[in-house]
Amino acid sequence: MKRAPTHSYPGINLGERHASAHKATEVVTFGFWVFLMSDLVYFGLMFATYITMIDAQAGGPGPHELFDLKSVFAQTLILLTSSLTVGLAMLALKYNLPRGRIVLWFGVTLLLGISFLVLEVRDFMAMAEKGGIPQRSGFLSAFFGLVPLHGVHVAAGCLWLIVLGIQLHVKGMTDVVISRVVRLALFWHFLDLIWIGIITIVYFGGLTYG
Amino acid sequence: MTSPGTGFFGRLNWDALPVTGLIQNPNANEIVANAAAAIVLVGVVVVVGLLSWFRLWTPLWRDWLTSVDHKKIGIMYVVFAIVMLARGVLEGVVMRAQQAAGPGDGFLEAEHFAELFSTHGTIMIFFVAVPFVFGIANYVVPLMIGARDVAFPRLNQISLGLTVSSGMMLMVSLVVGRFSTGGWTAYPPYTGAAFNPGVGPDYWIWAIVVSGVGTTLTGINFAVTIYKMRAPGMTFMRLPMYCWTIICSSILIVFAMPPLGVAALLLAADRYLDFHFFTNDLGGNMMNYANLFWLFGHPEVYLLVLPAYGIYSEVFATFSAKRLYGYNSLVIATMSIAVLSFTVWLHHFFTMGQSALINAVFGIATMLIAIPTGVKVYDWMATLWRGRIRFSVPMLYGLAFLMLFVIGGLSGVILANPTVDYQVHNTLFLVAHFHNVLLPGVLFGLLAAYNYWFPKAFGFRLNEFWGRVTVALWTVGFLLTFMPLYFVGLMGMPRRSFSYDDPSFHPFMIVAIVGALVITCALFSVLIQLWVSIRDREKTRVPVGDPWDGRTLEWSIPSPPPPYNFAIIPTVTDRDDFAAAKDKGAAYPTPDAYEDIELPRNTGIGFVLCVLSGVWMFALVWWIWWLAALMTVLMILVVIVWTFDDSTELTIPAEEVRKDHEAWLARVHGEKAVDRDFETSPENRGLARPDLEVIT
Ligand code: HEM
Ligand SMILES: [Cu+2]
Repeated sequence: MKRAPTHSYPGINLGERHASAHKATEVVTFGFWVFLMSDLVYFGLMFATYITMIDAQAGGPGPHELFDLKSVFAQTLILLTSSLTVGLAMLALKYNLPRGRIVLWFGVTLLLGISFLVLEVRDFMAMAEKGGIPQRSGFLSAFFGLVPLHGVHVAAGCLWLIVLGIQLHVKGMTDVVISRVVRLALFWHFLDLIWIGIITIVYFGGLTYG
Repeated sequence: MTSPGTGFFGRLNWDALPVTGLIQNPNANEIVANAAAAIVLVGVVVVVGLLSWFRLWTPLWRDWLTSVDHKKIGIMYVVFAIVMLARGVLEGVVMRAQQAAGPGDGFLEAEHFAELFSTHGTIMIFFVAVPFVFGIANYVVPLMIGARDVAFPRLNQISLGLTVSSGMMLMVSLVVGRFSTGGWTAYPPYTGAAFNPGVGPDYWIWAIVVSGVGTTLTGINFAVTIYKMRAPGMTFMRLPMYCWTIICSSILIVFAMPPLGVAALLLAADRYLDFHFFTNDLGGNMMNYANLFWLFGHPEVYLLVLPAYGIYSEVFATFSAKRLYGYNSLVIATMSIAVLSFTVWLHHFFTMGQSALINAVFGIATMLIAIPTGVKVYDWMATLWRGRIRFSVPMLYGLAFLMLFVIGGLSGVILANPTVDYQVHNTLFLVAHFHNVLLPGVLFGLLAAYNYWFPKAFGFRLNEFWGRVTVALWTVGFLLTFMPLYFVGLMGMPRRSFSYDDPSFHPFMIVAIVGALVITCALFSVLIQLWVSIRDREKTRVPVGDPWDGRTLEWSIPSPPPPYNFAIIPTVTDRDDFAAAKDKGAAYPTPDAYEDIELPRNTGIGFVLCVLSGVWMFALVWWIWWLAALMTVLMILVVIVWTFDDSTELTIPAEEVRKDHEAWLARVHGEKAVDRDFETSPENRGLARPDLEVIT
């Protein structure tokens, strides 16, 4: 069942130091990529829905009244930084640094993830105060169908960070755990990419065309 | 009575039971509804009773529900699909009976008729065709590519659990509350809260969402399995045609299920949270739904029919004792169809007001699919050409398919012309067309697969006589039921109508009901064949494992295969590797050494998620918020806890593998090879004497 090919997979190549984990990770990482592609279609369709509904404001508040670019900018910085910290955790893994180092970078990522979510929820509440609730118009439905969907993914990523942190602590660096770290990192970078799409299409696009 | 949605049981109350309707207003319509509910309940009682009587609970749990063996999961999928098929067919018959009752109102109420076509369509597509296709794939694919299991065996079990729990929602909707009346497509705004405040569309939504998740996971699993788990030497150009179609269909799933999920969840947001994606007011736009749904819906039909093409390819090759003709062109055609299927979705709403140019573009794109399909048909015919053909049951299905499917395909090309579509849009012509591709295409293919691989799975052949009877009944029944619909369709009879007043439709409806009754006989015939075969199984055993002179790897191992499939993972050197080995006299080699084999250990996670997701859906349908929240938390917790479990592998010692394998090899060498002419006689113990390869 397990063949002996080159064991290279898109993600992080663990290499010599992790021979058995390296091998065990190939198939699951590839599978996870396929999953991400499917998820990407999901987001793509929500983006498309948003684009078709930018003008469907039904006389309600639109992007100019509702969007707070300063907060969005802060969220962007936070999320990009968290991608950096996940990257640092991955390097710690690749070069076999003590497990504490990975946990540390996980902790920082978690904090960044949570601050991102806090800012995002604050934004939503501010929008609601100005009458920008999803029930108000097609445009707002589309906005609240897309942006919080990303938020839910971030929240899931946070939960995953916690669970995996515990597993690192309890189980140590088993092959299974290592492979999960690799996938978590992929997931986290993926969320960053989606966010870039959100600032470009939802916020900038909204302000330009809405 | 509490106001809806506020009580402990949400909006669930006694009125939800069909009996209430019967007591208040006894008539034919209520009787049919109650009979259906009663059949579900009696079915449950009988199953529970039988399991208890024969003390089967423990084996059921130990050997099946907790199994992660792809072979057992495949069998469970197929059993589930056949149970749902019985319900789907019976609903079809009731609908045909309603229209055969003649001009006037028949015996059903309009609502009830609408529920029937909605459940029928939903069931046939999502709970018959999909699980049947992937049940067969589950069984066959790892064996064909020389693997010990699929890439993610536990995920596989979870997929099954989610599919079954959502199918059960359709059963529950017979007994508690009502299913949707919005058809299998559930177009808003009709299915929105303003027009349909009841539970019907909610049943549809959650069944679709949960089974969609299950199907997506399956798609990922099979794409990765075929991509990564092939035996050494099995390059893509040595991959059996069936595996090609499954990988294409898996890719279709990965990209086509998300649109369905998006459509259903946005509809849920409209209904539950008062959003405005598809409503008539406040900027909602139902055309977005139509686009999303058909972005899924059209690839869906190819996701179903491609595996059937794959099955026929294997069947034609085996029963003509020839290599598949034009392998390369078949691969290219399969991939082209997979890609093209994403470019034509708009032909499902030519009449909904887009520009003539867009209609023309999509009409032409649609017609293009006929080209690769035509290539396939010619390749199949060339495979038969000068082959040594045996008219075994799977082959008979194949021949029926070749002839009937061409008619169905051609009527599709006719529909792809927007100007024609304007005339026959939403008439029974369409219904005739899609049944014409779904029955001879998908269903016959699956039944062929069932007959073809049954001896592999259970170690004995299915009864040949009853098999032939079944083919004849399906074919005749299909022709009688659906051909008349082309004519009434052209005469203008609309689809989905519970009554009509033009008497000239009536004779056609009579023919159609006769056909539907023949199809009912076909369904029974499937069961009789199974029963007779089990009764006579001692005479039809094929322990050696190659009853049909098969060409691909699955036939090179015992029937039924051991849990680990291959004692030694084969090294592949040829397309149709096993046929080539037999040609060279190198089949059934004795290995030099055996190794310990690691297999995934049993787990209950799929079953647990099946139950939890079932309760979750029910709670959401009935607005029992606390229960829905509880189930959400439980599902997350269960998965997290499960990821802490490390004892996931089970080792089968080399010694045990050696003993089993040597016993089987001894049997192979002791058995007399049987000529193809005696294939259906008791002498066929699964050691085929190959036909001379005919010139290709
Ligand atoms: C086996 C015998 C079958 C019979 C007697 C039958 C009969 C019917 C009837 C009477 C309708 C309603 C047509 C109308 O609304 O005017 C219908 C619709 C439909 N059938 Fe079948 N059918 C059969 C098999 C199948 C199979 C095997 C499939 C798919 C694999 C299928 C898929 C559908 C779908 C998708 C619809 C459309 C439902 C809708 O309008 O929303 N049917 N069928
Ligand atoms: Cu289509």
